[in-house]
Amino acid sequence: MPKDGIGASTKRREDLRFLTGKGRYTDDINIRGQAYAHFIRSDVAHGRIVSIDTAAAEAMPGVLRIFTAADFAGVGGLPCGWQVTDRHGKPMLEPKHPVLADGKVRHVGDPIAAVVAETYEQARDAAEAVVIEIEELPAVVDMKAALQPGSPLVHDEIGSNLCYDWGFVEENRAAVDEAFARAAHVTTLDLVNNRLVANPMEPRVAVGDFEAHNDQHTLYTTSQNPHVIRLLMGAFVLGIPEHKLRVVAPDVGGGFGSKIYHYAEEAFVTFAAKQLKRPVKWTSSRSEAFMSDAHGRDHVTRIELALDADNNFTALRCLTHANMGAYLSTFAPCIPTWLHGTLLAGNYRTPLIYTNVKAVFTNTVPVDAYRGAGRPEATFQLERVVDKAARELGVDPVELRRQNFIRPDQFPYQTPVAVVYDTGNYHATMDKLLEISDYAGFAARAAESQARGKLRGFGVAHYIEACGIAPSNLVGQLGARAGLYESATVRVNATGSITVMTGSHSHGQGHETTFAQVVAEMIGCDASQVEIVHGDTANTPMGMGTYGSRSLAVGGSALVKATNKIINKAKKIAAHLLEAAPEDIELKDGKFTVAGTDKSKSWVDITLAAYVPHNYPLAEMEPGLEETAFYDPSNFTYPSGAYGCEVEVDPETGKVTILSFTAADDFGNIVNPMIVEGQVQGGLAQGIGQALLESAAYDESGQLLTGSFMDYAMPRADDVPFFQVDHSSCTPCTHNPLGVKGCGEAGAIGSPPAVVNAVIDALHRAGMTHVTHIDMPLTPSRVWAAMNA
Amino acid sequence: MTKVSMVVNGKTVSGEVEGRTLLVQFLRDGLGLTGTHVGCDTSQCGACTVHVDGQAVKSCTVFALDVAGAQVRTIEGMANPDGSLSTLQQAFQDHHGLQCGFCTPGMVMASAALLAENPTPTEAEVRHHLEGNLCRCTGYHNIVKAVLAASGQDVSAPLAAE
Ligand code: FES
Ligand code: FES
Repeated sequence: MPKDGIGASTKRREDLRFLTGKGRYTDDINIRGQAYAHFIRSDVAHGRIVSIDTAAAEAMPGVLRIFTAADFAGVGGLPCGWQVTDRHGKPMLEPKHPVLADGKVRHVGDPIAAVVAETYEQARDAAEAVVIEIEELPAVVDMKAALQPGSPLVHDEIGSNLCYDWGFVEENRAAVDEAFARAAHVTTLDLVNNRLVANPMEPRVAVGDFEAHNDQHTLYTTSQNPHVIRLLMGAFVLGIPEHKLRVVAPDVGGGFGSKIYHYAEEAFVTFAAKQLKRPVKWTSSRSEAFMSDAHGRDHVTRIELALDADNNFTALRCLTHANMGAYLSTFAPCIPTWLHGTLLAGNYRTPLIYTNVKAVFTNTVPVDAYRGAGRPEATFQLERVVDKAARELGVDPVELRRQNFIRPDQFPYQTPVAVVYDTGNYHATMDKLLEISDYAGFAARAAESQARGKLRGFGVAHYIEACGIAPSNLVGQLGARAGLYESATVRVNATGSITVMTGSHSHGQGHETTFAQVVAEMIGCDASQVEIVHGDTANTPMGMGTYGSRSLAVGGSALVKATNKIINKAKKIAAHLLEAAPEDIELKDGKFTVAGTDKSKSWVDITLAAYVPHNYPLAEMEPGLEETAFYDPSNFTYPSGAYGCEVEVDPETGKVTILSFTAADDFGNIVNPMIVEGQVQGGLAQGIGQALLESAAYDESGQLLTGSFMDYAMPRADDVPFFQVDHSSCTPCTHNPLGVKGCGEAGAIGSPPAVVNAVIDALHRAGMTHVTHIDMPLTPSRVWAAMNA
Repeated sequence: MTKVSMVVNGKTVSGEVEGRTLLVQFLRDGLGLTGTHVGCDTSQCGACTVHVDGQAVKSCTVFALDVAGAQVRTIEGMANPDGSLSTLQQAFQDHHGLQCGFCTPGMVMASAALLAENPTPTEAEVRHHLEGNLCRCTGYHNIVKAVLAASGQDVSAPLAAE
């Protein structure tokens, strides 16, 4: 058995540098001669730029140049990577997204000009001296108001704030309406999925470098997908061919989606470095991050569930308004559509589903994927409406779910919303949850709380997600302007050690450890013999990066494919050296043996022969032992799980305390249980943050009220308990070689409805049945107001 | 520009700073000690935590000139003299108390200060003490576990709430 192979909780090798201060994050990169950029951002939500006077600022010490939109006249805008076609067959409205605001500002934080100076302080000081006159225009923040006739237009030239009006499955619309007309019971719920800010602890940073002698650009950036940035920025914005543009995303301090997108600042520093023939660095402050990183969620939804007289779900109908913000961020259009509408079957056999999504432009920061992306929104509304239905019908919410679950013998299961679930066992995860959360003992605990004057509640939620995005031909039909394969190059070195170049990117997920475990398992070597390289377009194959819990399912599959090519070639070399047929060669524990004999060659015998091919079948094979593979998945993967939350509500103040949180997940096979548990725990804290604390709030004029950690409540160590995390339920994915499903987003998807369901349960048990819903975040004041309504 | 000297990780260092230069800027830009991170501009996140004369301090909240002559310790000075990880650092690795690593230097410095003051803290004390340090990756579970383990407490049984 290889040490640290698949299934081992191998300690992370990357920790050594992070624990000693030797990590190399983008802001740690300083290039000799670098200048500093500072952006001047709009402080109004909507306005016409009347004039920009840079004369005084330009004369200030250290100022190299001040850039405005005029400097970018010959440059493309920031592209959108997904085109959604609406219910009527029309393409979505796609407004221009200039690098620097051109003519109009459209949200607080929209960059208007940028000062580049010798020092950061000089750039900031000079920015104060730039005089910008803006004629403020009425802003629109509320989505429904934005769709009213006469609303201010975010983009005058496209004539509407409605980006698209999407229906899915449009052909089912009438059938769904009929099912509702026939239903024995209909449950309706209006809810908000609150706008969030991803807030990875490392703010965004970009450093542009330019070597004039060979026309070579390098961009160091805090990105989850450096190859995608190279493609988007090179081809669509700045017109730099790939071989003249290198993008490096070194150690990245968390992403959660917000570092997928191509941002204006990346294009700016790359462009300015060439103009000034100087490296140019920009480091976001946290305040800037709040108004320039893409936000997440922000859906307003009416969800309706139809049931027959036996409490079987017969139809589901969803009407959602999804906020796009002021511009289309890179993948924004696909989040409320294909990553949301296709998940509305959840874990249930609901035969008819229709969803209508209206995507709306407003004078707010652009909204895009945030941990879970579309799937948390789908899960939240579904698991809330099912819970509400159970309460209206007077049945146990767990039993209502169980009754309607897809049964284990029904897989593969074709849902009415296009996707086919390959495997799952929702009854098993639900049972597991009830067991480890001691559901049976809840009544006694509730009585104990009551004796202390507190209201205890238990909430469950069951989620499904679609990970491992995605089959390229399918997403191409759905409007993606990219493929969604992944790549790996496995380079076996002459003396047997292995260097892997992956197109995936790690920004906390621990790929350097887990990817090495996969190779070690396959070759039968020690994981310490395997090094993982990622994050630099100069030395990794074209890859799509890390998001959507895809790294192991897609990137890991590419790695398996490349390693299998290595093993096949190595077996041929061994067959030659052992004078046997390749089919008779077995690889075990790093040794090649002729089956049924004791004739063998070591791993190093083979790798040396590959690079010193003195005795080698040169007529049939090339020397060397290096293989690249691209893997394009044939389906999504479908992790699922049952989550349970136990809360106590203080009836005096409305304060909610989470007493325990239990997650019972099915992630298929697992490479490193320690890392998987860590991913779930982190996701849970984010989901609990959404449910109880976090909210990006705007006032009516478009001012961001929550622009710093002073006003935006991030979960802190004492806001969360220890979590119980279980992944013993396992139905391996049937269509990728590792049988893995993905675990990065589950925690953030399943936890918000479990928390809200628990609070509603606590109030109902205390007789406050008038409270059927409270919008997130469930702050003490909101809970108190609901209790006392 | 004013000259400032202090002892950082046992070595006397000096440099030219402006009055407004923050300690964190002096450490990162002046001394190249980039292990100390900046995660916010409102003194909320703790990524910049260092020790000044043995006390945990957010180095974004003090000017470099204010700590002239002081003993400063950063994450780069936390390993054992032979370069191996200290008990606390090792506990963070053993219990997976870090993911992206960005909050980690601050977490280690804040936790070390807690353990110096309170060698066997309870779970609640650890959570309360780390309130000023944000982590977006771990959900704090394994950070709290690592600190309890570093204090010599048994964390082998599954930890559950209550
Ligand atoms: S950078 Fe010092 S507290 Fe955030
Ligand atoms: S490990 Fe990423 S912020 Fe804590």
